[in-house]
Amino acid sequence: MPSISMTVNGQAVTGEVEGRTLLVEFLRDTLGLTGTHVGCDTSQCGACVIHLDGVSVKSCAVLALNADGAEVLTIEGVADGDDLHPMQEAFREHHGLQCGFCTPGMVLTALALVADNPDPTDAEVRHGLEGNLCRCTGYQNIVHAILDGAKRMRG
Amino acid sequence: MHDFNFIQPKSAAAAADALAGAEDGQYMAGGQTLIPVLKQRLAMPTDVVDLSAIPGLAGIEVSGGAVRVGAMTTHAAVAASGAVRDAVPALAHLAGLIGDPHVRNRGTLGGSIANNDPAADYPAAVLGLGATVVTESREIAADDFFTDLFETALDDGELVTRVDFPVPDAAAYVKFPNPASRYAIVGVFVSRAGGAVRVAVTGAGPCVFRQAEMEAALSAEFSAEAIAGVAIAADDLNNDLHASAEYRAHLVGVMARRAVAEIA
Ligand SMILES: Cc1cc2nc3c(=O)[nH]c(=O)nc-3n(C[C@H](O)[C@H](O)[C@H](O)COP(=O)(O)OP(=O)(O)OC[C@H]3O[C@@H](n4cnc5c(N)ncnc54)[C@H](O)[C@@H]3O)c2cc1C
Ligand code: FES
Ligand code: FES
Repeated sequence: MPSISMTVNGQAVTGEVEGRTLLVEFLRDTLGLTGTHVGCDTSQCGACVIHLDGVSVKSCAVLALNADGAEVLTIEGVADGDDLHPMQEAFREHHGLQCGFCTPGMVLTALALVADNPDPTDAEVRHGLEGNLCRCTGYQNIVHAILDGAKRMRG
Repeated sequence: MHDFNFIQPKSAAAAADALAGAEDGQYMAGGQTLIPVLKQRLAMPTDVVDLSAIPGLAGIEVSGGAVRVGAMTTHAAVAASGAVRDAVPALAHLAGLIGDPHVRNRGTLGGSIANNDPAADYPAAVLGLGATVVTESREIAADDFFTDLFETALDDGELVTRVDFPVPDAAAYVKFPNPASRYAIVGVFVSRAGGAVRVAVTGAGPCVFRQAEMEAALSAEFSAEAIAGVAIAADDLNNDLHASAEYRAHLVGVMARRAVAEIA
């Protein structure tokens, strides 16, 4: 089996994978980082969104072998120890989550959006969420949270 | 998903060799179409030949009156490109409407046109601008490239390296997206270059097509009113759970008039 190595949340990791192993399987099953969720496995829901070399991707639609040598950020790497990231704080304060299943993907999507566009409009946030489904919140509070999280990150 | 050999060649020639040497090989670009297809076992290749490590296949260059986009250029890169926005804003706009941000970060121009999904956006730009598809061995005019449902003029193992889009005087793309997937239920790309007008329709039929009557009417007078009377027959259009053929026929007219109005 091929062996791969990458940096996940700042830590160097290695592991053996098959050709068909998905990046999300490597993260969850090999590394035990189960914060990245699998909602659909058909590229629809965005629960599996992570950052691969600084951009957001659906990790259920990327082969683990394609992440060989890459930098990966998952939800486990977002907070600073016990201190939530300002975007996570904003999700908590604005009730941007109910069951929380979609939240890891939502937070990583929000961080990618704000990295590109530090001061997004309401419409830009909604357009940016087209690849993420939430069955609970009705999106309204997620949009509020991202707008406020962006504001906190601008300082 | 069945397992396969993963091969990552460093040159286009090595990729073609790897494919030719495989029992049942398949190129992979961004994998946004291919990986779901493998999961559903609609394809079960013995070898996946990944194109991402080949230098020179990704990139954008504007020169000689054309926007040259490498096959491995992502939709996100085209949408964000200042050079594309200056030369053919409709092309950057179209790329930014594909799927969602995560799909745009992986999906590529080459993968989109090689796949030729009937509801894909890029085929409308390639045909609507009269672009040239460049492969390892030849150049294929857009009018000859998209042949049928998921079918193209590419030979087995032929690798798309780039697409050259001529810069028009004006162009616009308007689509009515499926609210879930964002694929086009109907999308219309209109361009004007000198006296020549092209109208390319995606989503409506089994394969992207040009609307000759609209092109003739717009060549005589470039205005939304000029095509208001063009009747679109529903006969050969797609009829599925997303939209009836009659609804699609109606949308072709509406999308075309909106596109023309943007640049008239
Ligand atoms: C949720 C979702 C929403 C989407 N929405 C849209 C949308 O709104 N509009 C739209 O147009 N598309 C949409 N897509 C499709 C997306 O644009 C894909 O990225 C694209 O169709 C395929 O590109 P790829 O680079 O991922 O190709 P891959 O999946 O890697 O490959 C697709 C096919 O092309 C072949 N191929 C790839 N590159 C080459 C090459 N250089 N030469 C020859 N053959 C090649 C492969 O062998 C394979 O058969 C969506 C996809 C998803 C998952
Ligand atoms: S699990 Fe990847 S998009 Fe749903
Ligand atoms: S909070 Fe439950 S799916 Fe979004």
